[in-house]
Amino acid sequence: MLERTHPDKAATVLNGDVHQSLRHDSAHLHVSGEARYIDDLPEPAGCLHLYIGTSARAHARIAEMDLSAVRAAPGVVLVLTARDIPGVNDVGAVVHDEPVFADGEVICHGQSLFAVVAVTRKAARLAASKARVTYEDLPAYITIEQARAAGSLIERSQVMASGDADAAILNAPFRLEGAIEMGGQDHFYLEGQIALATPGEHGSVHVFSSTQNPTEAQHLVAHVLGVPSNQVSVEVRRMGGGFGGKETQSALLAAAASLAAVRTGKPVKFRMDRDDDMIVTGKRHDFAITYAAGFDAQGVLAGTRFDLASRCGASTDLSMAINDRAMFHADNCYFLGQAKIVSHRMRTHTVSNTAFRGFGGPQGMLGIERLIDEVAFRVGRDPLDVRLDNLYAGPGRDVTPYGQTIDDNVAREIIETLAETSGYRARRAQIEAFNVRGDSPVIRRGIALTPVKFGISFTTTFLNQAGALVQLYADGSIQLNHGGTEMGQGLMIKVAQIVANEFQVDIGRIRIMPTSTEKVPNTSATAASSGTDLNGMAAQAAARKIKRRLTAFLAQRDGVAEEDIHFSNNRVTVGAAEHAFEDVVKSAYLGRISLSATGFYKTPKIHYDRARHRGHPFYYFAYGAAVSEVEIDMLTGENRVVRADILHDVGRSLNPAIDLGQIEGGFVQGMGWLTTEELVFDAQGRLRTHAPSTYKIPACSDRPASLNIKLWEAGENREPTIHRSKAVGEPPFMLAISVLSALTHAVSGAAAHRVFPRLDAPATPERILMAVEAARAEMKRR
Amino acid sequence: MIRFVLDGEIRTLERCDPTQTVLEWLREDQRRTGTKEGCAEGDCGACTVVLGELVDDAVRYRAVNACICFMPMLNGRELVTVESLGAAASLHPVQKAMADGDASQCGFCTPGFVMSLFARYQASDTALPEPVDDVLAGNLCRCTGYGPIRRAATELTPDAGTQARFGGTSTVAQLKSIAAGAGADWSFTDPVLGTSRRCQIPRTERELGQILAESPDATLVAGATDVGLWVTKQHRPLSHLVFIHDIPALQSVALEAGGVRIGAGVKYADALARLRALHPDLGELVRRIGSVQVRNSGTIGGNIANGSPIGDTMPAFIALGAGLELGTAGGVRRMALEDYFIAYGQQDRQPGEYVKSIFVPAPEAGLLFRSYKISKRFDQDISAVCGAFALRVEDGTVLAARVAFGGMAGTPKRAAACEAALTGKPWTSDTIESAAEALAQDYAPLSDMRASAGYRMKVAQNLLRKVWLEATGSGRTRILEAS
Repeated sequence: MLERTHPDKAATVLNGDVHQSLRHDSAHLHVSGEARYIDDLPEPAGCLHLYIGTSARAHARIAEMDLSAVRAAPGVVLVLTARDIPGVNDVGAVVHDEPVFADGEVICHGQSLFAVVAVTRKAARLAASKARVTYEDLPAYITIEQARAAGSLIERSQVMASGDADAAILNAPFRLEGAIEMGGQDHFYLEGQIALATPGEHGSVHVFSSTQNPTEAQHLVAHVLGVPSNQVSVEVRRMGGGFGGKETQSALLAAAASLAAVRTGKPVKFRMDRDDDMIVTGKRHDFAITYAAGFDAQGVLAGTRFDLASRCGASTDLSMAINDRAMFHADNCYFLGQAKIVSHRMRTHTVSNTAFRGFGGPQGMLGIERLIDEVAFRVGRDPLDVRLDNLYAGPGRDVTPYGQTIDDNVAREIIETLAETSGYRARRAQIEAFNVRGDSPVIRRGIALTPVKFGISFTTTFLNQAGALVQLYADGSIQLNHGGTEMGQGLMIKVAQIVANEFQVDIGRIRIMPTSTEKVPNTSATAASSGTDLNGMAAQAAARKIKRRLTAFLAQRDGVAEEDIHFSNNRVTVGAAEHAFEDVVKSAYLGRISLSATGFYKTPKIHYDRARHRGHPFYYFAYGAAVSEVEIDMLTGENRVVRADILHDVGRSLNPAIDLGQIEGGFVQGMGWLTTEELVFDAQGRLRTHAPSTYKIPACSDRPASLNIKLWEAGENREPTIHRSKAVGEPPFMLAISVLSALTHAVSGAAAHRVFPRLDAPATPERILMAVEAARAEMKRR
Repeated sequence: MIRFVLDGEIRTLERCDPTQTVLEWLREDQRRTGTKEGCAEGDCGACTVVLGELVDDAVRYRAVNACICFMPMLNGRELVTVESLGAAASLHPVQKAMADGDASQCGFCTPGFVMSLFARYQASDTALPEPVDDVLAGNLCRCTGYGPIRRAATELTPDAGTQARFGGTSTVAQLKSIAAGAGADWSFTDPVLGTSRRCQIPRTERELGQILAESPDATLVAGATDVGLWVTKQHRPLSHLVFIHDIPALQSVALEAGGVRIGAGVKYADALARLRALHPDLGELVRRIGSVQVRNSGTIGGNIANGSPIGDTMPAFIALGAGLELGTAGGVRRMALEDYFIAYGQQDRQPGEYVKSIFVPAPEAGLLFRSYKISKRFDQDISAVCGAFALRVEDGTVLAARVAFGGMAGTPKRAAACEAALTGKPWTSDTIESAAEALAQDYAPLSDMRASAGYRMKVAQNLLRKVWLEATGSGRTRILEAS
């Protein structure tokens, strides 16, 4: 049962209504250690443990795979290879190009080759290390450049265009060309990937999977086992973080554990070690972007061209949609003039990159924000003014490169408010004076304000659907099921608030059930920030169905018009009479009324023609802006964010406490992506940063000492979304672009703001120092 | 046999696997699953538990990483886990502050944060001394951005009654009753893997010397912050482990004439105050080693013994002219610390020898001493470059110079050419520039995942320039000031 609830108390305000700040529904379980993650569940009797052996090469033919030592190792029960798969050897999410076990050829380092099942996890891990594999190396493309040189793509390059960008750039009074590269990012969910599969009757299997996408896990397990989907049940109570990393990547574990469970007739658990998790599963795409712009003396864009190339890795996974979203966000908040956005999706022999909060959006957005910074430098204006002058605006400046009209634009109001409340202009003047005077022989400071406009909806239109199952019991208690998964984002509490509001009962009456394909089928991944938008609406629809039945029943029972029946604060008024909610439910049960209902929702208005890259892919946009202030050390490149101010639009917040948590967490995660988090692959395609000892996500002290976050109070979704709220999972991540922009400003301060530096991401101390050196050298040359 | 206290009961394990981690024991043997595994290498803090130890007849509580803490290290101590604090229906104030403060999202890191804050809660009567950022540097959270956790921690005021739930007279009595007497010695055979290993926990240096005389290849374990990873990550089949944490003689930090002598078993946490008193830069170096959990386990002696090229305190100790004592059954051998490091993975430690103590000289009055650690992240990171400088400048001339770096070679190493370019030269920026250039003769650093060779060299040279700016200029010179 949920905390902060007092069902017996007659409060004037519903306890747990929408728009209230409620803590996470599992908070008391998190802090006491009682919240169960999959590895915490009691292991079924006879539980076996699985581990995989992985490829030591990036691209090679497997000449020989001698597993005799693996089979002979102590504690080993079974060894599985591609030949043991009764169905299809594939866990590809979109395209069937992702084998469970490599068959004849390996296409990336860390690729799964075989599985070993043993009586303990330790025995399985030790046994897995005993394989003797002989490889014949094949040419491997590790980097974006290598893949481009070889023309290695996962699909043909995509073009999104409006007007004639090249001509507009050529005819503009001012022109520039530039480039920025940005690294990928490991999700570093604290709970590593895991699955626990238990075999059932008739070849069926039940799988606990730490997945954002139980339905897809179900489908892929069924394919691998060669059984219909109804033979596979997938369940997840909660994940210890997901961030996109458990949207598709969890399928390998679910499939391997299920296969082993069916083969052995025993429960099988597969939990990856952190290092293997980081090596074997995909990450955020790194991008190399070049840009060209034509603009006037004020920096207003007449024409803009982007060339986006990304490292997709060895298989397709979700890379098509991710790169589409990068294109969709190459405009961010700005009217690009005549625009041409070209996207190259490079197939490399590295782990297949995958969904990660923002899903390509951050990369596309970083390109345009750098471009704007450079344009501003060229025309000698404050970048904030150039940003304001380029914003989408009224007719003639309100259509995106993909043809969607922007009709919910609040970017200007948010930016101007934030610039005011953060004291941006005065601080920028002080900072530039500090830098130019050389107040410190070592330290330079920087500040930047960048906005965010993020499109909400899966751009693959059919995914924008959701289902729910709401069940009332005769005592008036409620079970809530829907297709969304909880990974810490607070989806479950928000949907419970929606149902509490519908029935007008305290939230304590509602038990939030684990997500299960047995309760709600054919769901979409909890992704694209859509969890509450979709599942909240579906749950509301289910609750409304039951409420309508109750209303009709009461109307008939008491001879009262339906309009005179009202649900309010745990009571139901029927004409002049008033009843406790539970008495109404009990009465309806005795009256043989169905107290369980499914709900369904599909997002209206959206459509997209991918062949032409035209349409209306987004139901609405979420907006926000951030000001970040940084300082750098010109001798070492060390740096830190000293202050950040954020103003973010979540529409009418369903739960301000949860939304603020998403904003802060997203911002700090974005900071990590752009500063300390560096994925290093060596020339052989091996990831060298595969543990927290070498891969550095933000620590507590990296949080800016001053971090001021506010919700945009005027926020209200123009579209009839769930209680006029807006999605919040991904958009705040991109607020951190202000950090890279501020660092760039600080580096320019190392050259008295007379040089515009090239600073790629992540802006590690090394990149910053090298950028400082280059900027100072250029200043001397002039 | 080992004995420890858990939830008010004395637990006795006759023949535990000496390489079983406390985390494995909790989760697998006891099914106490509140303590989580995040990384199994001591870097994320999800497995944080608290160990209680008798100090002057009171129990001192400290957070450690259970994932790289071996079971024998519980011997004579109290183990406190998140379950010991309170259940969902009866939360400890630390837990309640976290829950009510929206300080958990996915919740997986949360028990670790709770335990780090619990150790801090027990640490003091009223004031909470250590900065929250330091206390939490070893706990990674990927969801919250830390703000709500920091707020919950900052607003928490310890209440004496709640503090007294732990470390009371009965716990003190229990800990006294299990205080180790004679050393322990047993063998363990893994029932599944069939491998065997011997475990010894000597109580005196004499015993240790004898053990090593008989078994020079035994693996010495102090804090296990390194050896732990040999087991959890490298699966090394260690056949003979000797734990030195119960040898009192190796645990002392003592002021001696001209400096501080630190026993090989002294944890970083216990050396921090003394080293900070010698020089703020030394304190800052130690503060940035690992995290609270790592410093509560790891020892300076272990860091020397394993010969790491990136042990953060080594360049500073070498620059100050530290001396090393190695012990054997037969006696003691002394050397300059810098002479101990021969080459990567190779140290001047003879069979049967163990690291006994290190002597760190106090910087003499007038000595210009500086040390710097450069890493991708400020807290809990391994340095790309760590530099230390000890210069004696009088009347505009550099009379003596000791310069040492970590991360620039296969060992922590002095910069002979740089020192020569400084010594006897006028104290000018020209001298600094030529000494900076000379570093290119001293080192040929590697490129790896932490930094490129070019960056390492550039930073090493710039650190010397920073010494100059700090000594002669004005204005801020560091992003992080030494506290």
